[in-house]
Amino acid sequence: MNGRKRLLVVVAVLSLVVSGLFAGGSAENTIKIGFNIPLTGDSPKVGEGSKYAAELVKERINGEGGLLVDGERYMLEFIYEDNAFKPDTAVTAAYKLIEQDEVLAIVGPDGSSQAIPAGGVAEESGVPLISPWSTNPNTTLDRPYVFRACFLDPFQAPVAVKFAEEQFDVETCAVLYNLESDYSKTLAELFKGAWEETNGAGSVVAFESFGQKDQDFSVQLTKIIASGAEMLYLPVYYNFVGLIVPQAQELGWDGVVFGADAWGSADLWKLSDGAVEGYYFTTHYAAAGATGETKEFIDAYEAAYGYTPDDVGALTYDAINIVLTAIQDAGITGDLAADRTAIKDSIAAISNYPGITGNMTFTLDGDPIKDAVVVQVNSAGEFEFVKTLSP
Amino acid sequence: MQTLLQNIFNGLQWGSFYSMIALGYCLVYGVLRLINFAHGDIFMMASYFAFFIGTAILGLALPLPDAVVFGLTLVATMALTAGLGVFIERVAYRPLRTKGAHRLYVVITALMVGFILENGNLAVLGASALRFPEIIDKHIIEFAGIHLTNLRILVIVASLIVFAFLQFFVTKTKIGMAMRAISYDKFAIPLMGIPVNRIIVVTFVLGSSLAAVAGMLFGLSYPVLNPYMGMIIGWKAFIAAVVGGIGEIKGAFIGGFLLGFIEIFVITFFPSSYKDLISFVILLVILTLKPTGFFGIAKSTKI
Repeated sequence: MNGRKRLLVVVAVLSLVVSGLFAGGSAENTIKIGFNIPLTGDSPKVGEGSKYAAELVKERINGEGGLLVDGERYMLEFIYEDNAFKPDTAVTAAYKLIEQDEVLAIVGPDGSSQAIPAGGVAEESGVPLISPWSTNPNTTLDRPYVFRACFLDPFQAPVAVKFAEEQFDVETCAVLYNLESDYSKTLAELFKGAWEETNGAGSVVAFESFGQKDQDFSVQLTKIIASGAEMLYLPVYYNFVGLIVPQAQELGWDGVVFGADAWGSADLWKLSDGAVEGYYFTTHYAAAGATGETKEFIDAYEAAYGYTPDDVGALTYDAINIVLTAIQDAGITGDLAADRTAIKDSIAAISNYPGITGNMTFTLDGDPIKDAVVVQVNSAGEFEFVKTLSP
Repeated sequence: MQTLLQNIFNGLQWGSFYSMIALGYCLVYGVLRLINFAHGDIFMMASYFAFFIGTAILGLALPLPDAVVFGLTLVATMALTAGLGVFIERVAYRPLRTKGAHRLYVVITALMVGFILENGNLAVLGASALRFPEIIDKHIIEFAGIHLTNLRILVIVASLIVFAFLQFFVTKTKIGMAMRAISYDKFAIPLMGIPVNRIIVVTFVLGSSLAAVAGMLFGLSYPVLNPYMGMIIGWKAFIAAVVGGIGEIKGAFIGGFLLGFIEIFVITFFPSSYKDLISFVILLVILTLKPTGFFGIAKSTKI
């Protein structure tokens, strides 16, 4: 490196440092919240739902002149980082939001495969993180800074088993799950455990898996059909449902298919081309027939984006409002680390918060105790409310 | 027994896709000694082309029978994909070749072209998965207790036709002879009056058209499209081509079916989680025993 080049490098580094100082100093009277969501990758509709719900909240509050904290107005600044639905990218996104963007709190990641590692980063860095949609227990386990806005799989699995038995009158079932997804794998195992507890060992007659990039499921489905199962439990994301259900029907499957909350996407109907009609799945809220504030949210979302919000959108709406309520309770001192800790304590102290997806009080682990609902896909592709499943 | 038959059929259908893609790799490799790593993504682009063409034709709501719609979509998709292949050759591979760059650089260029296609698609169309239109009506056929569909049979037949055509073209026509000649000695051939660049263009037209057939049938069979769909299947098909003996058409064809069958039967007898682990261990053992693949001939320079 010659003298001139060295000088250039020094100047470049200095200018970076200086611009960084200014950027840090100009953050007065704004509240920065980071979003760690999948805008690309295998399930982009999930991130889209979160982002759109967030935009609605931001527009409303900034339209009122900002969030009122201790008599002062703060404008909201939402930073959306794409985690591409990958665990490693979710970690990078979490670090960027925490260190570079210096956010007060993080909403997301939505999926458990990303929320578990990103939650670890938030915990280490002392930043409150609330995942709208991650149902895997490990996301919040032993992590005081990490919360969620939805129910857990250890709750979802047994109530799903109970519902299936009452509704379908079946004794044997098969499970097909995505091995590379923490969500899918854990839920499949919990379901199997709960099913065998009531129906006896061996009543899950086929327990098959596949990988994140698989497109052909003919062998797994052939095995499942040959096993004589009466019901197929499919705890997988909506994009896989679009491939698996038609393939199963082509191979001669004529039994029930029962799904879980990852089915709840506006893309489910489109990607399966209607093959899911009449099937049931457990989820967090039912859009059809909603009332009160839930209905207001759905109407605003439909007016802005032209389709009914998914459960992940509704949960993100709740997650943001929980964070904002906590900020109002905690106040803002300007000391980032102290504020982050204060927000964490406020979220933990929230009791009986009236969310649009149900009332929430957090347990010591940062998990709300909530109801689940079962919906059925009707012939118009809408998710119709069937039943509420209580803890 | 029924399960076994059903799985043989599943293997045939799944292997057909590997075969068709492997043939595309093999063709370009055979002529240019270039591993066209962008081939999987050309296959992905073909699915998207077929998606748009098929949707447009169905959108016109003309009173056409399924077969005509299928034929029109297929021909248009092949033409577009061939154009894309030739374009890539022109802007990405030929400049390096004329500058006399080592083949390694061209291979790296091919990898980059693949990423550009994926991310270009992502940038233009967004990340949402697309639903492939139902160009042909699927019928379920029950035969001896196994379930077939007309589409799955079509896939298997198509791979046989593609193979037979390619075999004929390369061994029995003048252009085919020129292709083989280029792969034999690319320095002496121009001296014989053979237009090397034109033959290479023909190679890319053929290779990309193959990807188009595979891409469209794949879209029909697995109708959820996303920009990354070509990557893994492309790499696996490439491995299949190498195991078959890359540069040899029947090698690629057999290699594709071999991989399809191995994958299907590993899942039949082992937990499905071990699919890739066991499949690739088997392929590795085959390559260790026979490094040139089943039909390959030992050459001193390969990459």
